[in-house]
Amino acid sequence: MISKKVNTVQEAIQGIKNDMTIMFGGFGLCGIPENTIAELVKTETSGLTCISNNAGVDDFGLGLLLQKKQIKKMISSYVGENAEFERQMLSGELDVELIPQGTLAERCRAAQAGIPAFFTPAGYGTEVAEGKEVREFNGKMHIMEHAFKADFAIVKAWKGDEAGNLIFKGTARNFNSCMAGAAKITIAEVEELVPVGTLDPNQIHIPGIMVQRIFQGEKFEKRIEQRTVRQRN
Amino acid sequence: MLTKEDIAKRIAQELKDRYFVNLGIGIPTLVANYIPKGIDVEFQSENGVLGMGPFPFEGEEDADVINAGKQTITTLPGASFFDSAFSFGMIRSQKVDLTILGAMEVSENGDIANWKIPGKMVKGMGGAMDLVASAENIIVAMMHVNKAGESKILKKCSLPLTGVGCVKKVVTELAVLEITPKGFKLLERAPGVSVEHIIASTEANLIIEGDIPEMIIN
Repeated sequence: MISKKVNTVQEAIQGIKNDMTIMFGGFGLCGIPENTIAELVKTETSGLTCISNNAGVDDFGLGLLLQKKQIKKMISSYVGENAEFERQMLSGELDVELIPQGTLAERCRAAQAGIPAFFTPAGYGTEVAEGKEVREFNGKMHIMEHAFKADFAIVKAWKGDEAGNLIFKGTARNFNSCMAGAAKITIAEVEELVPVGTLDPNQIHIPGIMVQRIFQGEKFEKRIEQRTVRQRN
Repeated sequence: MLTKEDIAKRIAQELKDRYFVNLGIGIPTLVANYIPKGIDVEFQSENGVLGMGPFPFEGEEDADVINAGKQTITTLPGASFFDSAFSFGMIRSQKVDLTILGAMEVSENGDIANWKIPGKMVKGMGGAMDLVASAENIIVAMMHVNKAGESKILKKCSLPLTGVGCVKKVVTELAVLEITPKGFKLLERAPGVSVEHIIASTEANLIIEGDIPEMIIN
């Protein structure tokens, strides 16, 4: 067994420097690596390019890095829940690249899978396609998209072991599973770090080879963005 | 004129037995409340769940189980979770039979705009561009006119496009419209709404053949 375990979040983020490109897993606030984000907020690291489906909310998730102006550029698909984000974007302080969600996911997966580029119909005929190679396959127009190149991928899982094997829960799998192994170094924060041999190999979602550093997060707030319920009757 | 719930009820009549359906945010989400009796459908949400159920009971919310609108949800027996790349894989490979989404504008060749108002509102396209580029069957739920009374059913969209030539049907508070190779065809009118009213509220040309029936909203 090759251990990936680090003892602290401080150790996990070693080597994250100014102007790096970092992938962050999560969808909205669901499944975000909240301990690692909180630690990055404590550092003076700035000029970051962040690849993340969303940009958090004003006071949680990547919104915290935005408040401290640590982010230079966001590559996302939907940023509607964050007033500070919108302000920085409209004022030109923040560079924003909005791309279709499926394209975002596949650009992560392509990096994870060693595929340099692929064709997708998403965005054909729209401003997303501007400047991109267009090709027809089976009578339908597609545009070429490239795999992401990132320095770090930071993902969050439900359970993990010292070997770096990961299991996700519910819809918190989202981009975490696509980003694990899609950057030079993958950091995984887990709710529960268990001894090797505890997890059933049949149930592993991401094999440990995709993860370089793993640690158990100190606490998880797991904030809910839209609490919707129905009445018992 | 239809309420938002009525629009959802009318669209629900388009659901067929054994359909896999993706519902967008807003009015489309309401469609799940009005599934016709006697048919089986499964709802897919692009953040990675198939077999989505109703909202949880109070106290049973799970932060790890949400839909693409970031709302807490439940799952039904037979449900599954998967990652985002896999989710859009099933969308691109057309496993999802019907996509229902909102729009700011639709044009007579089936173009849709719903993600950006330059200089004003920039929220992003989310999964909408992937969905409209791949889905075989797309129904748009939208208001016929904006707050200023201007038509959103147009000859040509004025806002940045989400997809080209993809919309098949539009249901508004006034009418059901089908997009044909010759443009918008008026299929049904809302209860109490005249054909003249619909024509006056529509910037695009309308194909009108014979008597236009009133929608039946249960």
